[in-house]
Amino acid sequence: MSKTYHLTTPLSDETVEKLQSGDIVYLSGTIYTARDAAHKRLVDLLDAGKELPFDVKGAVIYFVGPTPPKPGDPIGSAGPTTSYRMDSYSPRLIAEGLKGMIGKGKRNKDVTDACEKYKAVYFGATGGAGALLGKQIKSAEVIAYEELGPEAVRKLEVVDFPVTVVNDTHGNDLYKIGREQYEVK
Amino acid sequence: MREIAYEEIVKNVRDIIVYSASNLPEDALNAMKEAYEHEKSPVSKEVLKQLLENADIASSEARPLCQDTGLAVFFVKIGADVKVVGGLLKDAINEGTEKGYIEGYLRASTCEPFSRANLKDTVGYNLPAIIHLDIVEGDKIEIEYAAKGGGSENVSRARVFPPAAGKQGVIDFVRECISDAGPNPCPPLTVGVGIGGTFEKAVISSKHALFRNIGSINDDPEMAELEATIKDELNKLGIGTMGMGGTETVLAVHIEANPCHIASLPVSVNVQCHSSRHTHITI
Repeated sequence: MSKTYHLTTPLSDETVEKLQSGDIVYLSGTIYTARDAAHKRLVDLLDAGKELPFDVKGAVIYFVGPTPPKPGDPIGSAGPTTSYRMDSYSPRLIAEGLKGMIGKGKRNKDVTDACEKYKAVYFGATGGAGALLGKQIKSAEVIAYEELGPEAVRKLEVVDFPVTVVNDTHGNDLYKIGREQYEVK
Repeated sequence: MREIAYEEIVKNVRDIIVYSASNLPEDALNAMKEAYEHEKSPVSKEVLKQLLENADIASSEARPLCQDTGLAVFFVKIGADVKVVGGLLKDAINEGTEKGYIEGYLRASTCEPFSRANLKDTVGYNLPAIIHLDIVEGDKIEIEYAAKGGGSENVSRARVFPPAAGKQGVIDFVRECISDAGPNPCPPLTVGVGIGGTFEKAVISSKHALFRNIGSINDDPEMAELEATIKDELNKLGIGTMGMGGTETVLAVHIEANPCHIASLPVSVNVQCHSSRHTHITI
């Protein structure tokens, strides 16, 4: 039976280890945005032995490229993008202490193995619910790679941001479990 | 010869872009409500509820339904008795696209293929639009528009089969495409299938098939039957809303079939996410 949690970032090993695929989590606190181009740059920095633009230990990265804010709003619509495009970069960040990723869609084995080994979880947010999810973001600030436009790294403050645990630290995958239940062979 | 001002086209294109970004068309909204009624998985049902709520917020607060406000895709039929005055039709569509995306606070999603540099300050904000032109009888311009997101486009496929593959070959190809895609293209989906023609004709037909209203019946009874068969097959996959597992993976299958070469059976599958932002206007 799935449980519901209210969690605040940064996340600890103990916190992520108790999460199970299918659990519903309302996240609050600071999270960082990064998509394809930003991930490449973050990993390039690590390869060069340089510091990342934010502390990745215990951090949660949200795979999103928001629409521009309307005057007076912190951010526009901000739902998740498809996560597999970050698969080649995520394991490296997880090894550095990343504890959570928010996106949509499947991850590869390298990512789920890293989630088990280094204790990290992959959360799914509802794709296409950008208007609803954007409202849970209370502030947004570009902290790196402004020239990437929607792909810049942003520091977000979120309150009760709704996500579901897809891949937990125990090797479970919600997409597999869910589909097996309803597949007609 | 009827004259239509360049500026009138710009304004019309701008308006449909801004409106479509935050207002799910009635056919898509009804199909989502129907999926909500039929869905057997409580998890998928919950996510569908969230998506219906999202559509409400987007419409009432004029916020984009999704942050992926797409590339702007147009199928345009220009009447042979129309003269566009003050500029070229394609330029007017591109200018209207740029205006709509800027003034609607939509995302600039076009970039260079390898450097990935965003084109907003060089080519234009979310430009170029993808425009398919056709000349028809009459003195009107008919514009079909859709905002096409990247997630569903990324799982689309085309292949040229030998004629012996037949209907079963088509069914298997579509099933494999949607099964492999799983949660990635944001189901529940509309699946556009282009059959026949040449390689590129099949692909363009599969795109155009997505512009048809969800719930409409194919004029060709043979294709209508094939659509129903494929839809049933796809809903057996159990993918559900956003891949959470469920009975409602596909809202509709739309086929556009064309005559083809005696040697080939081209098939293209173009996938549309649940946020099917499409509309058409006549000027």
